Amino acid sequence: MTGTATKVVVTGLGVAAPNGLGTQDYWAATRTGKGGIGRVTRFDPSQYPSRLAGEVPGFEARDHLPSRLLPQTDHMTRLALVAADWALADAGVKPQELPEFDMGVVTASSSGGFEFGQRELQALWSKGGQHVSAYQSFAWFYAVNSGQISIRNGMKGPSGVVVSEQAGGLDALAQARRQIRKGTQLIVSGGMDASVCTWGWVAQLAGKRLSTSDDPERAYLPFDAEARGHVPGEGGAILILENAEAARSRGARTYGEIAGYGATFDPKPGSGRPPALRKAIELALADAGVTPDEVDVVFADAAAIPELDRVEAEALTAVFGARGVPVTAPKTMTGRLYSGAAPLDVATALLAIEEGLIPPTTNVEPADGYDLDLVTGEARPAEVRTALVLARGFNGFNSALVVRAAH
Amino acid sequence: MTPRRVVITGIGVLAPGGIGVKNFWSLLSEGRTATRGITFFDPAQFRSRVAAEIDFDPAEHGLNPQETRRMDRAAQLAVVATREAVADSGIELTGIDPYRVGVTVGSAVGATMGLDQEYRVVSNGGLLDLVDHTYAVPHLYNHMVPSSFAAEVAWQVGAEGPSTVVSTGCTSGLDSVGHAVELIREGSADVMIAGSSDAPISPITMACFDAIKATTPRNDDPGHASRPFDGTRNGFVLGEGSAFFVLEELESARARGAHVYAEIAGYATRSNAYHMTGLRPDGAEMAEAIRVALDEARINGDAIDYINAHGSGTKQNDRHETAAFKKSLGDHAYRTPVSSIKSMVGHSLGAIGSIEIAASALAMEHNVVPPTANLHTPDPECDLDYVPLTAREHRTDTVLTVGSGFGGFQSAMVLARPERSVA
Repeated sequence: MTGTATKVVVTGLGVAAPNGLGTQDYWAATRTGKGGIGRVTRFDPSQYPSRLAGEVPGFEARDHLPSRLLPQTDHMTRLALVAADWALADAGVKPQELPEFDMGVVTASSSGGFEFGQRELQALWSKGGQHVSAYQSFAWFYAVNSGQISIRNGMKGPSGVVVSEQAGGLDALAQARRQIRKGTQLIVSGGMDASVCTWGWVAQLAGKRLSTSDDPERAYLPFDAEARGHVPGEGGAILILENAEAARSRGARTYGEIAGYGATFDPKPGSGRPPALRKAIELALADAGVTPDEVDVVFADAAAIPELDRVEAEALTAVFGARGVPVTAPKTMTGRLYSGAAPLDVATALLAIEEGLIPPTTNVEPADGYDLDLVTGEARPAEVRTALVLARGFNGFNSALVVRAAH
Repeated sequence: MTPRRVVITGIGVLAPGGIGVKNFWSLLSEGRTATRGITFFDPAQFRSRVAAEIDFDPAEHGLNPQETRRMDRAAQLAVVATREAVADSGIELTGIDPYRVGVTVGSAVGATMGLDQEYRVVSNGGLLDLVDHTYAVPHLYNHMVPSSFAAEVAWQVGAEGPSTVVSTGCTSGLDSVGHAVELIREGSADVMIAGSSDAPISPITMACFDAIKATTPRNDDPGHASRPFDGTRNGFVLGEGSAFFVLEELESARARGAHVYAEIAGYATRSNAYHMTGLRPDGAEMAEAIRVALDEARINGDAIDYINAHGSGTKQNDRHETAAFKKSLGDHAYRTPVSSIKSMVGHSLGAIGSIEIAASALAMEHNVVPPTANLHTPDPECDLDYVPLTAREHRTDTVLTVGSGFGGFQSAMVLARPERSVA
């Protein structure tokens, strides 16, 4: 069965996060409020105004991938390939046993393989064009993760790549759902970014949203009176999305359903029109066919820029009422992961549904004036059947996605 | 409920040798080429030193100094193409709920030019591993995240609906428009400003294509360097450009009396799952994309009047693609004119797919098929009717346009006249 009545479910998770490599480690850390932010180790950050990042611990690409793939892949692609392997294994899917045109790959990217790009730009400008790698033609570009995952797993169905900075992670999952509704059985989806290199650092500094604190527990404080920017991180999550009937018929375990989605773009600054996040939330709820009081938890975008925190808090208050729904931002433990952030939040929401536990927003004390029921301190036990995940991309992209328990 | 049908009501094009739809069509219909020796920088160190450049002055096209500074060249091209498309469509966007207007921008390599230039500065010519943030331009983050292109286009038209960049390598220009069509069909938007833009003519791009010999070394004859389907072809000519469209639901377009260029009747994308840059000669995955696009359009392959080919001019592409046409259309492939406008405007990576949709719509508009320039020497593996050298008057109601790209993406789109009978 195809069409908008087609249910699309998540059957596998692959996680690479700063506070845990692999779903098990990540959830063990996240449910107990254990963070993964620290001083940058991938380069010496001393000379830069921001020096903290969320780096994925303990990842040795050669332990997971054939050596021929290493020279042609950026760090973010290696993470994505491995997370895709884990997600497929978690879903119990052996790609070689499925029809090749019935599987596709739709990922989000925010900045491509920036570290690979830096190395080749350096070769070009310091040594000359003939020193640029033969792999530069694709290893840095935004489509590389979808391409490499499709090749590694023999997936010939509809694939794609969306770029809407941090909102893109939800846009990719929505596009994956769209392709399944049009008739493809399985889509590998999600996002992975890793631009913790000096060139990426300088470009992010230019965006003026990075925290300059050196204290991992005081640097990224969304909704707090001391909010002053975010800590960037690397990683994300790859998810297996399937047609629910097909998943059921192969006896797959199901984490939950991708039930609703909405996307808007903010008005041009100075236009006088209201921010568009609230509309995205309303569209996603309507698409899922749920009322605000059926939502058990919201995973916030949590920009930690006071003006943006206010916009988000007001949108949530307008839809759910003052303190009308538990809100959390476990990304305080990882930093903002760009295209990887929202897929990781979706994975986290599904794990919260499974365990009946809302992970905390660590280190934050909500500022006066935000009428949010922010889950701070420790994780909060709760029956979670429906979760709303929000993601915003630099310049005004707003996406909202509803996940729902499978049963 | 019958599915919503999506039509093109406005076109804007910036292509080498053809800024604006009128100039673009003149170039194509006269079979002129816009490839030349690179002028943007000294290309002496590179194997391939030809490109298809646009003589583009942002100020002449109404961009103010701050917009020019803020935007990478690809974003500038996108904004100017968007303005032309909106003006061409005659649509009054102020009268439409902004949440029902969305944007998709295809781009393979984003702000490559800006990144290449700015890297050179912050690294002091590649000397610094720890690049110097104090030399970064204020809008460097907009170069890092090409989603800024979609933001610029959305601001240009006041769109507040679903907006994103689609980046699937060299099929981005088809996939961006295909994505926009899907958003209107499913009801997520009523109007989409959709297109693509790339401005990759920069040292880093020349270097990376040199390294895999993808671009032509025919530096002694730049005006005839792009030779799709020709037996002497030896690589593509890098180009730049942008094309944008106003896409609307058919009935509302008719209700406002809009001129309708074409319906986007079918679209599909598939992957070869084979190699990041290589193609299997059988063209099976492109053939499958074509089959699904025809199916979605509810059009029999025999109804295709013209094929706008990817035709990059690499040995492997043109062979691969020819096989895909035969596999999907059978004998009809031999009876159908096929041409590659890359022979004239080069290969602008993620932009070319949209520029080729524009060429396809204009072929329908004029009932003229653009030629494949520079095609003199037959290749036994490329044995279809490639419309060599000269444009051809030809009744064109239905067009197939395809793209193929790094990452293995294969996309196909069917354009048709909306008044055709739909089963």
